[in-house]
Formats: sequence, C-alpha cells, structure tokens
Amino acid sequence: MRFGILVFPGSNCDHDCYHVLKHVMGQDVRYIWHKDGDLKGFDCLVLPGGFSYGDYLRTGSIARFSPVMDDVVSFANKGGLVLGICNGFQILTESGLLPGVLMMNKDLKFICSDVNLKVENNSTVFTSGYKAGEVISLPIAHGDGNFFIDGPELAALRDRDGVVFTYSTAEGEVSPEANPNGSVDNIAGIINKAGNVLGLMPHPERASESILGGEDGRVLFQSIIEGFVLS
Amino acid sequence: MKAKVYVTLKKGVLDPQGRAVLGALKHMDFDEVTDVRIGKFMELELDVPEGGDEDKRLAEMCERLLANPVIENYRIERD
Repeated sequence: MRFGILVFPGSNCDHDCYHVLKHVMGQDVRYIWHKDGDLKGFDCLVLPGGFSYGDYLRTGSIARFSPVMDDVVSFANKGGLVLGICNGFQILTESGLLPGVLMMNKDLKFICSDVNLKVENNSTVFTSGYKAGEVISLPIAHGDGNFFIDGPELAALRDRDGVVFTYSTAEGEVSPEANPNGSVDNIAGIINKAGNVLGLMPHPERASESILGGEDGRVLFQSIIEGFVLS
Repeated sequence: MKAKVYVTLKKGVLDPQGRAVLGALKHMDFDEVTDVRIGKFMELELDVPEGGDEDKRLAEMCERLLANPVIENYRIERD
C-alpha cells in the first residue's frame, strides 16, 4: 500500500508519520511537497500536524489553497483515503472535505498531554481494529482544537455516525470534565459521509510504539492497511 | 483603491479571547462592560478602476478565504 504524506511550509509531524508508516508498519511511503500535484499511484494521503503557513489568518486556511489541495479534493471525491491529523484536520475542515471548524481552545492555552478517547464508531476503514466503545489513550498537542459545528449540522453528523472519537474519562464517560478544549459534544475526530476522509486532533503517529509510551495509535494505521488488503 | 474588511464571530459562537478580555476589564473595575467580542480587521489595497466588479470580488475573497462562513461574518468598507 502506498501512502503519501503532504508537506506544507510549517508541517512538523510529517517525519513522525513517515517513520511510523515506513519503519513500524513497513509500508511504501513518499513525501509530497505542497507544490507538486501528482497524486497518481497513492492509496492513502496523510495531512500531518504542524503549523502550516504559521497558522496565519485561521489554522489551515492558507494551506487549503496550496496547489496540491485541488488534487487532494479530487482524490478524496474519487474515494481515495485521506487522513488529517491535528493541523491536517484543520486543513480538511477549511477545504470543505469535512464539516465544522477548529477554533481556539476554550482556555486559550496550547495543550500538550495524553488524553483518553472513546471510539464512537469502529465501523470505518480507519478504526476497524478498535472495539466499539473502547477507550484509548493518544497525545494531543494543539492550541486550536475546539471543534465547533452548528446545531443542525451536528445533528446530521450524529445521524450518520460521523463522530468517530470523543474525549472521555478512562471509564469511557464523555463528560465536560474530560473535555480538554471546549469541543462541541467532546468531539475529537470525525469522518465524512462517504467514509474515506477522517480528521482527528490527537496524534496516533506519536503513540505507535511502546518504547514511546503507547501503541493505541498503531491500531488506526493497522486498520487502514488491513482494510486495503481486504479490498 | 483601499478596502477595509471586518471579520467578526457569529452570534452564539463562543469567543474565549473576548471572554478573557472581559474578565480583565471587570478585574480593572470597568463593571459597565457586559460583553467583549474580538474580531479581525484587514486593509486591502486594490489596483482596479472604479465602477468595476470589485464589490463582487471582495465578497468572494471574504467568502472563500478572509472569513470562515461557518463561524464568522464579514463587513466590507471602501474608501
């Protein structure tokens, strides 16, 4: 399976994603510079974390107009798999591939810590390796992770099981106390209607080796690869 | 031609920065302040003749990039 990792000016988790996919998961991985638009031959694109274009104007808003993004949107519309992590999630909402928006954390602080997440939907190609309702631990590192979506759109997202991860307690309770950044309904990750574009604020690539503190994130990459082999 | 663009958060969207500033003003005994909303102000220099389709194009700039219509409103003023 061939993964492409998009690199924007200011991406800083691109090498982490490359390392995990190449050396931990043993996959074919290439970097794609944001000015190079040829996405032929790729099976899954990863938009990594970072601070593309210095987060100017709004997070992800300038990267969304990078030359490669038109091709990413076509790739996604043809059913190609797209995974957006942290800043990648912000770019996906700005580009319209995912609904909602990521705003500044409610306490105005950049948060860097491990959080518990509840797997709300394990019937996606990205999460099939998790159990339904399983609580996992992944790190977050963001200043703008406060997911907002208006009432009707939230209802539509809920109706189609678009919410994939929520911030929860270790017992799986999705409570205000477990919400680190003020996200509506504790939402940490969502998927599009077609089921091929996932965005999440936590960093699975930083929790894919036990020596680095956890392996819960590896299950996400494993799910993608196993799903691809079966298809 | 110069255009001024004001981008503000829509009503009902939580503004953590505005709330923090409100808290500071209250702390400074400016008790008359009941709410603060923080927005963005941009100045654009345009190289266009008067009377063209600049209004339409400015609106498009706001819709597509300068504001995020999910959470923000915008207002354009021209000199």
